[in-house]
Amino acid sequence: MGTSGAKRDVASGRLPARQYEENFADLHPPLGRHPAMVEADRCYFCHDAPCVEACPTDIDIPMFIRQISTGNPMGAAETILKQNIMGGMCARVCPTETLCEEVCVRETAEGKPVKIGMLQRHATDVLFADGKQIFTRAPASGKRVAVVGAGPAGLSCAHRLAVLGHSVTVFDAREKPGGLNEYGIAAYKSLEDFAQHEAAYILSLGGIEVVTGKRLGSDLSLERLRGDYDAVFLGVGLGTVRDLGLEGEDLEGVIDAVDYISDLRQAGDLSSLPVGREVVVIGGGMTAIDIAVQSKLLGAEEVTLVYRRGQEQMNASGFEQDLAQTSGVKITHFAQPARLIGEDGAVRGIEFERTRLGGHGRLEGTGETFTLAADVVFKAIGQIFVPGGMANGGDGVRLEDGRIAVDGEGRTSLGDVWAGGDCVAGGQDLTVAAVQDGKAAAISMDRALRAQSPTRSRDTGG
Amino acid sequence: MTDLRSDFVGIKSPNPFWLASAPPTDKEYNVVRAFKAGWGGVVWKTLGEDPPIVNVNGPRYGAIHGPDRRMLGFNNIELITDRPLDLNLREIKKVKREWPDRALVVSLMVPCEEGAWKRILPLVEDTGADGIELNFGCPHGMSERGMGAAVGQVPEYVGMVARWCKQNTRMPVIVKLTPNITDVRNPARAAKEAGADAVSLINTINSIAGIDLDTMAPDPATDGKGTHGGYCGPAVKPIALSMISEIARDPETQGLPISGIGGISNWRDAAEFMALGSGTVQVCTAAMAYGFRIVEDMTEGLKNWMGEKGYTRLDDFVGKAVPSVTDWQYLNLNYIVKARIDQDLCIKCGRCHIACEDTSHQAITQTKDGQRYFEVDDTECVGCNLCVSVCPVEGCMTLERLTEGADPRTGKPIDPDYANWTTHPNNPNRVAAE
Ligand SMILES: Cc1cc2nc3c(=O)[nH]c(=O)nc-3n(C[C@H](O)[C@H](O)[C@H](O)COP(=O)(O)OP(=O)(O)OC[C@H]3O[C@@H](n4cnc5c(N)ncnc54)[C@H](O)[C@@H]3O)c2cc1C
Ligand SMILES: Cc1cc2nc3c(=O)[nH]c(=O)nc-3n(C[C@H](O)[C@H](O)[C@H](O)COP(=O)(O)O)c2cc1C
Ligand code: SF4
Repeated sequence: MGTSGAKRDVASGRLPARQYEENFADLHPPLGRHPAMVEADRCYFCHDAPCVEACPTDIDIPMFIRQISTGNPMGAAETILKQNIMGGMCARVCPTETLCEEVCVRETAEGKPVKIGMLQRHATDVLFADGKQIFTRAPASGKRVAVVGAGPAGLSCAHRLAVLGHSVTVFDAREKPGGLNEYGIAAYKSLEDFAQHEAAYILSLGGIEVVTGKRLGSDLSLERLRGDYDAVFLGVGLGTVRDLGLEGEDLEGVIDAVDYISDLRQAGDLSSLPVGREVVVIGGGMTAIDIAVQSKLLGAEEVTLVYRRGQEQMNASGFEQDLAQTSGVKITHFAQPARLIGEDGAVRGIEFERTRLGGHGRLEGTGETFTLAADVVFKAIGQIFVPGGMANGGDGVRLEDGRIAVDGEGRTSLGDVWAGGDCVAGGQDLTVAAVQDGKAAAISMDRALRAQSPTRSRDTGG
Repeated sequence: MTDLRSDFVGIKSPNPFWLASAPPTDKEYNVVRAFKAGWGGVVWKTLGEDPPIVNVNGPRYGAIHGPDRRMLGFNNIELITDRPLDLNLREIKKVKREWPDRALVVSLMVPCEEGAWKRILPLVEDTGADGIELNFGCPHGMSERGMGAAVGQVPEYVGMVARWCKQNTRMPVIVKLTPNITDVRNPARAAKEAGADAVSLINTINSIAGIDLDTMAPDPATDGKGTHGGYCGPAVKPIALSMISEIARDPETQGLPISGIGGISNWRDAAEFMALGSGTVQVCTAAMAYGFRIVEDMTEGLKNWMGEKGYTRLDDFVGKAVPSVTDWQYLNLNYIVKARIDQDLCIKCGRCHIACEDTSHQAITQTKDGQRYFEVDDTECVGCNLCVSVCPVEGCMTLERLTEGADPRTGKPIDPDYANWTTHPNNPNRVAAE
C-alpha cells in the first residue's frame, strides 16, 4: 500500500529546468489578429443576446465582438471594461463553458459556441498593451469610502466608486492587491504578472488609495472604519479551507490547497516548491482541480483526486474535469476520507470509505474501504468565511449560512456597510460574480451617499 | 449519359467552362496548365498592335475581403497583353495544334480604324484559332486611348468594328460588352445588327477597391496615386446575371448566343448563367484566387446536377429560366406570402425579430409565455423576405403562400387569379382588366 517500505518522497526540482516553463505556459494561448477576425465573424450579433444575459456583469458581447470585426479592438475593450473592470482577468479565468458560451446560439446550432472568452482576451490585451485610460472621474463628491479587501470584489467596487467621484481607501491584509487573482488562480491561467498589471490599470484612474498589510479584525476595526468613512464595503473573500474532521490533520504533508497555491503563485522559481511523488487531493471544485493539475505539472508522479459524490455533482465544470484528466490526474468518485495514516509525524497514506447516493440523493457510506499511499494530501473541500472583526456580536453584520447576509444591492444589516464577492451568502464563488457584486454595491452606495445630507462629517460622528 | 460537350457558334469544347481573357490565359504555359486541368476552352489574353503596351510596375490588383479574407470582389488595372504580338501568335498556333479538342478564342483590341483590324485578323486566322472576341470592355487605361470600354460605350462603334471583322474574317466573332453603360441592350443590338455571332459579358466594372486612411490615397496605389480599375469576382455576379437576362429576353436580341462572364466561381454559378441563356461561361477571378483545379468540381458538379434533373445535354437547360424573368409590372399582386419559422431549426438568435422590428413591419414577436420565442404575426407580415434573408440557419425561415381565406394583414380575401399593376386601381395609367 506504500504506507510502509519506500520512504516518504517529497522533493523540489522534480523536473528539468526548462520543463517548468513549458508546463506552466498559457492554457489558452491568445488569438492572433487573424484568428480573432475569423472567430469574430462567427458571431451573429443576436438581438437581446442570450450570452449577455448569461454574463454576470452584463457585458454587451455582440457589440464588442462586432467592434473587433470592424478593426476597432480598443472600442471593444472599452465596451468590456465599462461593464467589467476585470474583463481582462475574466477572459482568462471565467468558466465560459457554463456562462456566456453555454448559451451561445451557435452552441445550439452546431455545438460550437463563439469563443467569447478568447475574443474578450484579444480585445483587452490590445488595451492593456496600449495602457490607454478609458475612464474619467465624475466631479469629487466629497465622500470617503473604505473598502476592505483588494480582491475582485473590492477593486471593482473601488473603481466604480472612484469613477462616480468618491474618494476610496482600500485595505488589504496581504502584501499585494488582487486577492485570489494574485494568490489563487491557477498559474497557467494568468501569466506574466497579469493580476498586478490589471490592478495597476485600475488604480491608475486615481482617487483610490491602497493600504496593504492591514487586516480587519487585528489592525483595523469595523467600528472605527464606520466612524472614519461615509460608507464601508467588505470584500474579504473566504478564509481557510474546511477541515476534513479527521484525526491527524496536523500531520506534516496534510496541506490546505489554497495556501499551497498561494505559495506556488508567489514562487519566483517553481522548481523550489516541495512536491510529493504520490499526491492525493480531496474535493470536487475548481480548487481541487487546480491543485491536482498543478501538482502534476510540478512533477508529481501519481495524482489522485477523490470526490465523495459523482461526476455530475462536481462543482468543477466539464472543461475543468477534462483538463484534469488530460493532465494525467486520476479522478475517483464516490469515496470519502476515513482515516489519515501517518508515520513519524508525516502523512503516508489515507484510507477512504466508498459512498453511494441513497434515498433522496443523500450520501451514505458503504462500509467498504480502500487506502491510497500519499506523500501529500491536499484539502480542497471548500473554503469557509472567517468573520473575525466583522460579525462580532450585535455590532457586526448579520450572517446567513456562515457568510455575510446582503440584499440585492449588496447592503448588509448595517446601513452604511455593503459587502460582496465570496464573503457574502448565496454567491457563485467566481471572479466575475465578485466583480459584479463590487460594481452593484458601488452603484447602490453612490445612490445612498448622494442622498445623505452633505453636511454629514466624520468628526461629528454623523 | 450526361454530355457536357458544347458547340458555341461552331466553336466546340468538351465542356462549357472557358477561361476568360485575362492573366490565366496570357501565355502558352498558363493555357497548357489550364487544359491539363480540364478547362474546355480559353479566350487568350487580349492581343494588341506592336509595340506592346506596358503595365505599371506597381500593384495591379486590389481586393474586397470577407472577415476570413475570402476574396469577395477583385479590382485590377492591368492592360492587355504586354508581350509582342508575334510571340503570342506563335504560342497560340502551337497550343491549338497540340490541343485540337479545346476551344481557343483570341481576344483582340486594336485602334478603331479598319486598317488596324484588317492587318491583325489574317494573322490570327493563320494560327488556326477557333474564333475572336472583341474586347470592348476594358474600363481602365485602354479606354483613355479610345479603345476597350470607350468603344463598348458607343453602340455605333460596336457595330462598326464588328462589321469590319465579319467582313474580313471567316472566324466566328464574339463581341465582349462592357457593363459600364446605362442600357446594355443597345451595344448588344448593335453587335447583332452588324452580324456578330455572339456577345460575351460582362467585362469589369469601374471601381476603386478602397481608400487607405493613413496615406489618404486609393488602395492599392502606385507611388501615392491610384486610378479606377475594373471590378470582378463573386460580388459582380448579380450584375452580370441581370445584364445577361436583359439581352436574353430583349425581342431584338433574342436568340443571340451569349457567353456568360462575371463572378462565376463554381458549377452552380455556371448553371445559373446558363439557365439565363449563356451557351458557355467564362471564368477569371475564381481561377486567379484558387488555381485551375477548381474546374474539376465545376465539371463534376454540373454533371451531377444535370443527372439529378434529367438533363442529358447543355441545350436541355440553357435559357430555361429566361421566360421567368419579367418586368415588375407583370408580377402577380394577388400572390400573398407570410414568413414562417421552423421552431425545431430556430436557434433563437433574434435577428429576424430585430430586422423586422427596426426596419420592416414589426411582424415578429420575441417572447411567448415569458420565454425567448420568435413567431410571425400574420396580421403585420408583408412577406418581404427580409427575415428569411438575415436568418443564419438555412431552411429555418421560409415564405409560405396563402391560398385560402383572407390575408390577415389586409383582411382582403385571397384572390386565386393573377392580377398585376397594369390593371391595379391605384395605377393612374391602368388599362381595363379583361
Ligand atoms: C484555487 C482557486 C482557484 C480559483 N479559480 C477560479 C477560476 O479559474 N475562475 C473563477 O472565476 N474563479 C476562480 N476562483 C474563485 C475566485 O478566485 C473568487 O471567487 C474571487 O477571487 C472572489 O473575489 P473576492 O474579491 O470576493 O475575494 P478574494 O479574491 O478572496 O479577495 C479577498 C481579499 O481580501 C483580503 N482580506 C481577507 N480578509 C481580510 C481582512 N480581514 N482584512 C483585510 N483584508 C482581508 C484578502 O487578502 C484578499 O486580497 C478560484 C478560487 C480558488 C481558491
Ligand atoms: C487582372 C485582369 C485582367 C483582365 N484582362 C482582360 C483582358 O485583357 N481582356 C478582357 O477582355 N478582359 C480582361 N479581364 C476581364 C475578365 O476577362 C472578365 O471579363 C472579368 O474579370 C469578369 O469575370 P470574373 O468575375 O470571373 O473575373 C481582366 C480581368 C482581370 C481580373
Ligand atoms: S417577411 Fe418581412 S414583414 Fe414578414 S416577418 Fe419577415 S421581415 Fe417582417
